[in-house]
Amino acid sequence: MTRPLIELRDVHKYYGDYHALRGITAQIGQGEFFSLLGPSGCGKTTLLRTIAGFEGISSGAVLLDGQDMDRVPANKRPTNMVFQSYAIFPHLSVAENVGFGLRKRGDLNAQAKRTLVEDALDMVGLGGYGKRAAHALSGGQRQRVALARALILKPKVLLLDEPLSALDRKMREQMQVELIKLQRHVGITFILVTHDQEEALVMSDRIAVMFEGEIAQLDDPEVIYKRPASRKVADFIGIMNFLPAQVLEESGAGVTVDIAGLGRAVLDAGQITRGSGNGAEAGLRPETMTLLYEGQSAQGEVVEGRIEEVVYYGDMTYYFVALPGIDTPVQLSMRNLFGRDVLAVGDTARVVWNPGSVMLFR
Amino acid sequence: MRGGWLRIYALLYLVFLYAPIILLPLFAFNNGSIIAFPLQGFTTRWFVELTTIPALHTAVLNSLMIAVTTAIVSTALGLCAARAATRYEFPAKRGIMGLIMVPLVLPEIIVAVSLLVVMLQLGLGLSAMTVILGHVLICTPFSIAILNSSFQNLDRSLEEAAFDLGETRFSTFRLITLPLIMPGIISSLLIAFTISLDEFIIAFFLTGNEPTLPVYLWSQLRFPQRIPVVMALGTILVALSILLLTTAEYFRRRGIARTGADDTGGFL
Repeated sequence: MTRPLIELRDVHKYYGDYHALRGITAQIGQGEFFSLLGPSGCGKTTLLRTIAGFEGISSGAVLLDGQDMDRVPANKRPTNMVFQSYAIFPHLSVAENVGFGLRKRGDLNAQAKRTLVEDALDMVGLGGYGKRAAHALSGGQRQRVALARALILKPKVLLLDEPLSALDRKMREQMQVELIKLQRHVGITFILVTHDQEEALVMSDRIAVMFEGEIAQLDDPEVIYKRPASRKVADFIGIMNFLPAQVLEESGAGVTVDIAGLGRAVLDAGQITRGSGNGAEAGLRPETMTLLYEGQSAQGEVVEGRIEEVVYYGDMTYYFVALPGIDTPVQLSMRNLFGRDVLAVGDTARVVWNPGSVMLFR
Repeated sequence: MRGGWLRIYALLYLVFLYAPIILLPLFAFNNGSIIAFPLQGFTTRWFVELTTIPALHTAVLNSLMIAVTTAIVSTALGLCAARAATRYEFPAKRGIMGLIMVPLVLPEIIVAVSLLVVMLQLGLGLSAMTVILGHVLICTPFSIAILNSSFQNLDRSLEEAAFDLGETRFSTFRLITLPLIMPGIISSLLIAFTISLDEFIIAFFLTGNEPTLPVYLWSQLRFPQRIPVVMALGTILVALSILLLTTAEYFRRRGIARTGADDTGGFL
């Protein structure tokens, strides 16, 4: 992380008796693309709104560029927000929307303001749209107007509240890439709120995974995916097969476990996450297991099972394979490479797994 | 014929509703002082006679002044109450809002008598001012109801966005909130104006010796020869009402077209 721009120090927020934020402590760097990820009701939007200044905090401190933001209202903070509904002013034109924040800038003359508006529209790919009525725009265009309007003031932090949730899938994926490019181009710190773990993984430099008003894990996307800090994070991010496991032997170097359905494995200390409560469970991502085709040699341990369900995605196929000794079938994914047949329900499958990619939660 | 009876019912309903209003211009232009068929021929003399009654002019001006003041005051109060009801949480909110809305269903005669007692106890002389107070009391709930729905349809993040972009709370209200709820404000002004203009009971009790138009008209019914004049006045009022409502609807539709909102039918 670069120089910390935002510091959250033990932030608590109560709504009456409801404890919405329970001691949030984090630092967000200058120029970072930071995501707040969690299920609805986890406090991520509340946290974003406390940074914006729309919500006060009950205790703790929010520091922006070293300055305590206590009692600084939203209109005096160097932050701007892109709202979930985009909040485009329907009675104003596109240019009037984008230039709205410049109204209070007495140091700029009308011509300078016009140039800034045009530059901002060009930046989001809406050059020449200034004269249009804001209500006549499509969802993606409204999103761009909202971005241009928020960025024209060159805030230190841009706050994005689920900005892509209203777009269809194709548009969303396109905007994800554009947002990353835009963020690199302007170099402003972006804080994104999302409930979509894929979106967070794709876009962020770092992710704070939140549950029930607390940050469960704060790391870069790869660490969050590969080394989730708890069973809950592992369950929320991506797909994870959880299999009952039994610890047979424990030594300084690692543990020997018996994983239901798969068999014995020796895991080293780096694969173990403690503090998940009841008993031990092994976690395997779908892509860490493969099906063994005729004539291939196994790169790992092999167990035999039966295909229960096949979900075809075009580039990938997800198989649900029932293994002896467990109730829930394991889910694994295979790329549909050229010449490889998609197997059918009822086929016998040989599942290859690797002890090195197993996570143990105990 | 499918739905034949329903058609006949609808037709009868409309006749019942509008026949009395159609009688107004009919007798206003009738050359005879008795309100009865057959008609006696065309005349405009009742309209001419209208201009020669000073007491009538005073009553019209009095009513207009009361109605305009009532419309403005109750819309201003309604604006504050509707904003509070839709934007803020405070203790006993539902109870307070309920109490404000009660005059909608209270019998007007009760309100009028109570107000009279209160005004006399307070030592306030009866005048146009006391009528305005009474009319504001009964018009404010209508204003609140209309403006409540305006505020509810207004996306709250629009106001937050303007505030976030550096505007103050007041300039946000002026630049964003006010233009977007303007159709509601106009509806509220019109409704309050209309209610106040033709309100009789409260005006009758509180008006003292400055009668409003309805009170004046009622007093004139004792003189049969004045009835055609009253008809002429009624004709003018109906024509003005239609003009007013058409204009308001025109501006409402234009406002909707400009902001691209869904037309929810409006109040009129």
